[in-house]
Amino acid sequence: MTQLSQIICLGVESTADNLGVGIVTSEGKILANEVMVHVPSTGGIHPREAARHHSENIGKLIQQAIERAKLEPSEITFISFAQGPGLGPCLRTGATSARALAVYLKIPLVGVNHCVSHIEIGRLATGAISPITLYVSGGNTLISGFESGRYRVYGETLDIAIGNCLDTFARAAGLEYPGGPAIESKAANGTKLISLPYAVKGMDLSFSGLMTAVTNAFKTGNYRIEDLCYSLQETGYAMLGEVTERALAHTGKKELLLTGGVGANRRLRAMMKEIAEEQGAKPYFVPIDLAADNGAMIAWTGILAYTHGIRTPIETSIIKSKWRLDEVEIPWL
Amino acid sequence: MVIKLLAKGAEADLILDDDWNGRKVLIKRRGVKNYRHQDIDRELRKLRTFHEASILHRAKEAGVPTPLIYMVDPVNTEIVMEFVDGVKVRDLVSQISGEENRSLFKLIGRMAGNLHSAGIIHGDLTTSNMIKSHDRVVFIDFGLGEVSSESEKRGVDLNLMRRMLNSTHYEERELLQSAFDEGYRDTMGLEAEGVFQRVEEIKRRGRYIDKES
Repeated sequence: MTQLSQIICLGVESTADNLGVGIVTSEGKILANEVMVHVPSTGGIHPREAARHHSENIGKLIQQAIERAKLEPSEITFISFAQGPGLGPCLRTGATSARALAVYLKIPLVGVNHCVSHIEIGRLATGAISPITLYVSGGNTLISGFESGRYRVYGETLDIAIGNCLDTFARAAGLEYPGGPAIESKAANGTKLISLPYAVKGMDLSFSGLMTAVTNAFKTGNYRIEDLCYSLQETGYAMLGEVTERALAHTGKKELLLTGGVGANRRLRAMMKEIAEEQGAKPYFVPIDLAADNGAMIAWTGILAYTHGIRTPIETSIIKSKWRLDEVEIPWL
Repeated sequence: MVIKLLAKGAEADLILDDDWNGRKVLIKRRGVKNYRHQDIDRELRKLRTFHEASILHRAKEAGVPTPLIYMVDPVNTEIVMEFVDGVKVRDLVSQISGEENRSLFKLIGRMAGNLHSAGIIHGDLTTSNMIKSHDRVVFIDFGLGEVSSESEKRGVDLNLMRRMLNSTHYEERELLQSAFDEGYRDTMGLEAEGVFQRVEEIKRRGRYIDKES
């Protein structure tokens, strides 16, 4: 049973292949965090197929979350949803469910930014206050920090995300799904560094050349898969390290937060730990269930927005598939 | 022999050596980064060192004074360069008259225009990175420099300079900026207005934030 004064939010996440429903209180207590992953039968995520998966499962998942939280639907104060950025068809599925739920329960709706949510749940989970965040996943690669009203982007990928680079290579090389852990375990037995393109342009990154080069190297059959995985990790993560280190030095911030699905990688964690120490900063790692796409992060960010007066009327709740992190006003910091 | 660590940055350390083969020099050393694979580390430090040395040289070709390079060491990833004796423009502004400031900033504007029209972006164009030495203004620290003619990048260069004028040199900002712009126009010609417009755009992106928060 929850107190009457408490605000309770149900958040819907559906930006890509993960479908998530989370329920969080205004005290930051996570009552439920149900996630279902759409695994494509072949190839990468097909937005339409993923959206179909989401629409087939969202009803069940919402029910599951409410049961897990031991709540009556009437106890929910408002609904939040990931309004962007992400894959259009997937976003629309989540948005439609969130709108329907808000109208049915006659409660407010709040659209939140997916990237902001990753940072906010990371801060909630680790206790970091104003960190430099390295957010690395299948769809995003961002180095950001809070500065006068917004999360500023100090560096980002100019093409594909690091996770996309890893997944695509893993598929091409016939490694099992998901690609990141498979690459990590192969890399553990790698010994030889193969020269691959290192693309840091100022503060920005590019991974598409790295992906092509490592895939082509695999196709030649001249290299051990362990060495390819090892070299891919060493090169890609060194790029992330360089920009993160510079962002820390430039801003003088003393906290480093690593989040997103790729943040589970032990090699990347070890690198970030070393960089943080070098820069006199404290490293924070978000637990994987909250670092990967999930509904609790959407619900928690919804709470922050809601308690600062933000509402999203149904009429203007259209999804924004290219909504940048640094476009969002952050009144709660 | 006196060797002194002047500054420790994310990219490199600056070391003063009073007697490097009989000369007073500044050594910019890109140190080992242990977090990354040693082969990647070695290669990157070498390339970045060469790149900076070549931009320093390119600036000279554009008529912009930069420190003389005595040696580029690919193994220790060091650039050994002239120690420029003089006063940082940052510290000089408040010590000299308005008229002197006007001609100084006109000269700085012309030099910035020279860099940009030669396709060089400084990357950290602040008055801390300019040294008044006799009749010249020597531009230092091209560590973030790059070769580009994009007006966005030129705009970012000038915007940083303007922010500096509006903060560190607040008292004299109008005089300094009009002198700088005049000099920049001299060497950039018709392209100057496009860059100024871009600076306004970049500034507006920032203003929008102030208004909303």
